[in-house]
This record gives sequence, C-alpha cells and structure tokens, in this order.
Amino acid sequence: MIENPEIEKSALECLSHYGVGSCGPRGFYGTTEVHLDLEDKLAEYMKCEEAVVYSYGFSTIASAIPAYAKRSDVIFVDEMVNFAIQKGLDASRSQINYFKHNDMEDLERLLMEQADLDRKNPKKAKRTRRFLVAEGIYMNTGLMAPLPKLLELREKYKLRFFLDEAISFGTIGKTGHGLTEHFNIDPSEIDMISGSLENSIGSIGGFCVGSHFIIEHQRLSGLGYCFSASAPPLLMAAAITALDIMQRDPSIFQTLRDNSTFIHSQLSSQLPSDLRVHGHPESVIKHIRLANPSGDKVADEQLLNEIVDKCEEAGLALTTAAYLSDREVNLPEPSIRVTVNALLSKNEIEFAVKTLKNCAESVFKIQL
Amino acid sequence: MALDKTEYSMSAAEKMSNGAVGRNKNGVRVDRSDGHVHQNGSAKKEKRRPFIESFENIPLLTAATTFIGFHLILLMGYVTSIIFTPKVAREKNRQGYVPLYDRFESFYSRYVYRRLRDCWNIPICGCPGSEVTIKDRVTHDCGWTFEYTGTQSTALNLGSYNYLGFAQAEGSCSEDSAVKIKELGCATASPRIEFGTQKIHQELEALTAEFVGMEDAITFGMGFATNALNLPSIVSKGCLVVSDEKNHASLILGLRLSGANVEVFKHNNMESLRQVLHNAVIKGQPRSHRPWKKILIVVEGVYSMEGSIVRLPEILELKRKYKAYLYVDEAHSIGAIGRNGRGVVDYFGVDPKEVDILMGTYTKSFGSAGGYIAGSKAFIDHMRVNSHGNCYATSMSSSCAQQIISSMKIIMGKDGTNEGKKRIDQLARNSRYFRRRLNQMGIITIGNNDSPVVPMMVYMHSKIASVVRRLKTNNIAVVGVGFPATPLMEGRIRFCLSAAHTKEQLDNALVHVEEAADFLGLRYSRKRRSKEPVHYSDSESEME
Repeated sequence: MIENPEIEKSALECLSHYGVGSCGPRGFYGTTEVHLDLEDKLAEYMKCEEAVVYSYGFSTIASAIPAYAKRSDVIFVDEMVNFAIQKGLDASRSQINYFKHNDMEDLERLLMEQADLDRKNPKKAKRTRRFLVAEGIYMNTGLMAPLPKLLELREKYKLRFFLDEAISFGTIGKTGHGLTEHFNIDPSEIDMISGSLENSIGSIGGFCVGSHFIIEHQRLSGLGYCFSASAPPLLMAAAITALDIMQRDPSIFQTLRDNSTFIHSQLSSQLPSDLRVHGHPESVIKHIRLANPSGDKVADEQLLNEIVDKCEEAGLALTTAAYLSDREVNLPEPSIRVTVNALLSKNEIEFAVKTLKNCAESVFKIQL
Repeated sequence: MALDKTEYSMSAAEKMSNGAVGRNKNGVRVDRSDGHVHQNGSAKKEKRRPFIESFENIPLLTAATTFIGFHLILLMGYVTSIIFTPKVAREKNRQGYVPLYDRFESFYSRYVYRRLRDCWNIPICGCPGSEVTIKDRVTHDCGWTFEYTGTQSTALNLGSYNYLGFAQAEGSCSEDSAVKIKELGCATASPRIEFGTQKIHQELEALTAEFVGMEDAITFGMGFATNALNLPSIVSKGCLVVSDEKNHASLILGLRLSGANVEVFKHNNMESLRQVLHNAVIKGQPRSHRPWKKILIVVEGVYSMEGSIVRLPEILELKRKYKAYLYVDEAHSIGAIGRNGRGVVDYFGVDPKEVDILMGTYTKSFGSAGGYIAGSKAFIDHMRVNSHGNCYATSMSSSCAQQIISSMKIIMGKDGTNEGKKRIDQLARNSRYFRRRLNQMGIITIGNNDSPVVPMMVYMHSKIASVVRRLKTNNIAVVGVGFPATPLMEGRIRFCLSAAHTKEQLDNALVHVEEAADFLGLRYSRKRRSKEPVHYSDSESEME
C-alpha cells in the first residue's frame, strides 16, 4: 500500500486542507472529521460497534492493556508476544502468567491452577479480573493462534480476551478481516481486537475495536489516547483510502495468500539443510532460523547477518529480526525475518529464494 | 545570593499557603529572583530579565463553595442513578464475569463527567490555526448522546498548541511536505534499526542537534512514546529519579516502566529538591544503604497545566553540587520561549551542554508530530542501540519530518528571512499582553509572565463548563481542565497563545472574557489592580 498512488493523492488532499500536525490531544480540538471518519469505517469494516484510533502503533496495545488491567488482576499471555504487549503488561502491574507458545494444554493447566486458588479464596476471586492476551499472527514466530480453542477456554474460565491483530489484520481471511474471518468466528466473541495501521495499511497509527462498553472506557483512561497529540490528519486520510481499496478489491488478499504459500513451499524445498523456515504457510511473516543452533545467540546472529549482507550485495533486501536482548521476556532465536508482499511476482520470489540459497551456501562453505 | 533570596521568599510563602488570609496583606506569594546564579569571582553580569511567577492562593470562601459544589454534584448524581436507569452500553453475553470497571470510576464518568461532556472532544473540520472551524453538535439528553446539526462555525482558537503559528495548510512548509510525500511515500512500515531509516531522518537529527545546541539527537514518531520508551533505557533498578510533582503522564509512565526508585519534590520548589537530593546522597538505597547507581532529576521546561517555567539555573547549581544528571522535557518550551526560540536554555542564557539530556516534541511549536532526545554523542549512540523506540516502533513519516525541517529552518533564519524572529517576538508579546490584561481585570492567572500558556483560575467545575460554553457562543474556542488532570479544587481555563494571533483578535477575546468574568464572578484576585493601559510591546518596563 505504501507505493499506491491513490493513497498518496488522498494524503496530499488532506494536507492541503488540514496542514500536517493536529496540534492538540483528542480532547482539546485535536479531533478532526477525518479521525471520526476513520473510526466509523474501522468499526464497520470489523463488524464491531466502536473503534478508537491511536497515533502510534506501539502505544496502542501498550496503552490498551493497562486501561483495563490493574494491580490486583491476573493476565494469561503467550510467552512469545511482541515487545509492545510486554510493555503494556509491565505498565498494568498485574500478575502475569506466561504459557508455552501456542500450547493449549499448558494454558489449561495454568487456568486450572488459578481456579484452585479461587476456590480457596472466593472473596478475592470475586474482585480479580482475568484476562487472556494473544496475537493473531505472532511477530516473533509467524504462527497463528488457535482461536477456536482459545475461545472455548475463555468461555469455560470466564476470561476477557484481547486479541492483537497487528500482523493478521488486512492479511489473512478471505477478505482480509483477520483471524476471526479465517476461522469463521463472530468478532463480537472477542472482547477487544487491537490492530496496527502500520503494517498492511501503510500509514502510521493503531486502533482498537470492540463493543461500546469496552471501547468507550479507553477514551478516558487510555494514556496514549488522552495525553498525546492526535495523529496527523493526512495519515488518517491515507488509512481511509487504504480501507476503501481493501473493501473494493478483495482479490489482493487471494494474491497475498498465494504469494505466502508459494514462498513457503519454495523456501522449504530450496533452502540448504542448515536453514529451516518457520511459520504458518499462509502467514505473511516467516522466520528463517538455523536448523541446529549453536546455543550462542550472538554468534548465530552474526552468521545470519553475514548471509543478509551477501544478499544485499546480490540485490535482495533482507533483515535479521531486531530484539533488545536484555529486555525481552523470552528472547527468540536469531532469525531472518521474511515478509510477504502482494505486489511480488512469481519471478521475483524465485529470484529471491535462489539468491538466498546461494548466499547461504557460500557463507556456510566459508564457515566450514 | 540569588539562591538565598529565593529561599527566603519561599519560606515566607509557605506560611501563607494554608489559606489563612489574615496574616498577610493580600494572600499573594510572588517569587522574584534574578534569572541566573551569581558565580564567585566573576565580573558583574548584565541585568537579566526578572523571573516573575505568581501563584495566588484560592480565597477561603471560594475553596469552601467549590468543595460543597463538588459534593453536591456527586449527591445529585447518586440520586439520579437511583431514580433513572442510565442510557449506557451494557455488556452482552458476559454473565458470571467479574465486572470490568470500578464502581466509582463508572459513577464519576456517567454522572459528573457526562454533564460537562460537550466541552471536550469537540470535532473540527479545518486547520487548527489562529481560527478554527468547529463542527456544531447538540445534545438533547444532557450529554448522553450528541447529534451533528450540519452547520459549522469559525471561532478564535485559544485552545490548540500552535505556539509559532506553523499549523497552516498553505505556505512553504506544507509545500515541502507535499513534495516529500510524492518522493518518499507516507510511511516506512519498519523500525529505525531495520529498514526505517531514510536520509530525511538523518537530516532531521542533525538539524535538531544544531537547533538545541547539543552534539547529536535521535528522533521518534510520537512525543508521548519518546518519554515512555526511552526512560527505561536511561535509568533502571538501583537508580534514583527525582521528579517534579506536576510532571506529565508520559514521564510518569516511562519512570514506572523503568523500575527505578522515584522521589517527588514540590512543584518548582528548590528547597524541596535540595532536601530530597541531600537525603538521597546520605541515605543511599533503601535497604542496603549502598550509594545509588545514578541520580536523575526530571523536570519539564514549561508545565502546561501550571504555566510555570522551570528554575533552570538553580537546578543546575544543585545538580553540580550533588553530582546528579538532569533531564529536561521541553515539550511546551522548545520554539516557544527564549530570545531565539531555543527553549529554556536560551531563555536563561545557559550553555545547553550543562543539561545532560534535552527532550522535546515537534507537535507544539513545529506543527508536526514526533519527539526527539538530544545529548552528547556517546549518549545518543547508546540510545540508538538500546532504545525501545528505535528497535521496535515504526519510524516517523517523511511528511512530518519535512514539516519539521522546513519550520526549524524558518525559526533559525536559515531560509534567509527574519520570519522566524518575527514569530518568536510576536508570541512573546501576545503572552505578556494577554496575561497583563487578565490580571488587570482582577482574574487570577498562575504561572510565569513569559509562558505562552495562560491558565485562568475558575476553581469550580460548573464554572469551567459555563465559561467554555459561553465563550463558544461568542466564537472563542478555549479549553477547560479540571479533576483528575488538576487537583480537585483547582479547575481552570487554559489559554494557549500563538504567534498567529493579532492584537485585535486578543482584544476581542478579552472583551468576552471580561463579560464572562462579570456574569460568573471570576474576579477572585485581591491584588491591587492598576488602572493604566497595558501596552502591547515586549519591553519589560510595563508592570502591574
């Protein structure tokens, strides 16, 4: 969407009307018609009652979680969630229980333990809110969350479910509505879905959708919403145009899905045996990791960086996934993160895979 | 010594501050001190501008009526909640779940905030310049729902943060931004450390560093996130942070996320700060009594709710004495104060390198979005590797970056005109003139005479809403702030002046403010009011 001329045109139009900045928070004359339009469109697109738009993707989930979860609450969260969610969890000061990545049995075990604690202390249990946080497609691994099973557990143990669709919004599902469409589930089953306007929409910002009851609260207590200037109107206009394009032309999602599965099959078959591709075949994020990691993350990362540098010389832009090693709760293995784009043609994909294969082989040969 | 003079006037003021009017002539605490610290053995310095801040105390009767009024609202709300069912969204399909919201929170937002809700979140349909186009809306059910009437009205904008008037849709800044959108697209979809750095970001950082007078700078896409994501990389467990009690929510969030110990000192009170530092150095960490890893003082340049300016020279002296680091958040002061618009260091004539970390945002004076941190090269290099924002958050949009570059060049005079200097002078004139006229009317304004933010005290919640609504019918758009952003008894109307305002616009606004003051009884001040006309100039000889 970034190169799309229609989006550029609407951004320029908005610029000529509103200028660049909005000069104020949403409460003090920073709310323009464009912001309100985008919120209405997002709510309509995701078939929810209300949407709230933030000016930065990172702050969205990092402000949304602490708006609801406080010190006395309990949150169950996957151990491989992205950094923004981790910051949101820190800010909420609640008790955090991590369950093994995508492992529903582990989650059930933790929930049963919590249920035992509740039985021993029913008074406290009545005041403790319980939350479940998961991502649609995990940024750090490329796998999808098993939504039906999560909803089942949610119903059974009375949790409130927040789904972060930063990557999965606008990329999976028949018409790009995200994980709920992929699994054919009604979005109102999920208490709150948060997404980002920075990945598939090609603008800057983030949003949360849900029922009136849940979203209205964020307008008074979401820190990144109340105490920060609203997003520049031109970026909001770009997002509205992107949404229009998505609604008008759902065939791009099929193209994207085809590209994802094609890349996945090519990478699995063509890469040397030292490298392995991780991620769901339909996911737009794939991680390429060493098949036999040496145990020393720094050295592994250096090796992958060499491969990436060689690829750059050959005309292929790749990047190793960046992490702050001493800040992450659960540092993932070093990897080359591949993102899929709907504009890539089959030839380009084949060229990419071949280049990667050659560079990787030459680096490994040098190593030996 | 300047420090003593301030200390003296502080302790005298502390005696007055409990609202006992009888002990002092008119209950006023006025702190006057020179804006700089005398160094030993230095030659006589030129006369600096005086640092005049006033925080007149609330009259006792007003305090009592505000208190009673607030509790009356709560009582009425309670009665209403029993008699009528609220028209509020209810949760569906969630029986047996623990309630999501606290009872007082939802009560307050439904029965207190809802009555005054039409004063906030007012939608606009144009550029927030010196005049703003408001989309009219009415409520037929006391604030539960709103309906748009379909009309628009233009109002004088005294509510947006547009200090130097760069919120314009025409002009060289917007044209340059448009060019950049065509060249580089709207966004980069990548964090800075991966693929998000474009040449324009590097240009912006070099220009920012030059503007504030530091060695290097690093920029981020959002001002709030700049504080919240970078303070954890600067301080951690085992460090002590001494922070002003009125610091912004983003600073408080960043400090909470960092895990450092936080001690609060009274707002802009140097004696309180000295005591906190003194105790910290002597006692050390809480249980082990080992010395702190580092001590960081966190203050803001201009406090947007109080309108006060930080006492930078005195803080620098304390910092040197106790070997602490200093972090100044110049969100509202960069571009807005100082002879050349370079912020608090320029205002006080201090060498910027004496402050360790200067942080600021581009939203207010530059008409864009984003934030920066400036410091020494070694420090910024550390931030480039360790900052959460650099590593995980998307980089700034190229149009925003270009807007900042263009406006910064105008302020610095690099575009060849003196447009920048004219704007800075105009803002200074507007701020001083407006404040003096208000004081002359007998309205209590708090904060520094030179700050572009002028808070007018109204104290009662009902008066906040009345003033905002009344001025709106007269086509003046203002902002009211009350609990919980300010203390319970101190509701205020906050005027944000801009270089784009002309004297005629301000005079017109003042006429209507005076009318509102008469109608609602806002002339609380008991200071002597001068009858002389206030001149519209930036000479310092005009005093009340």
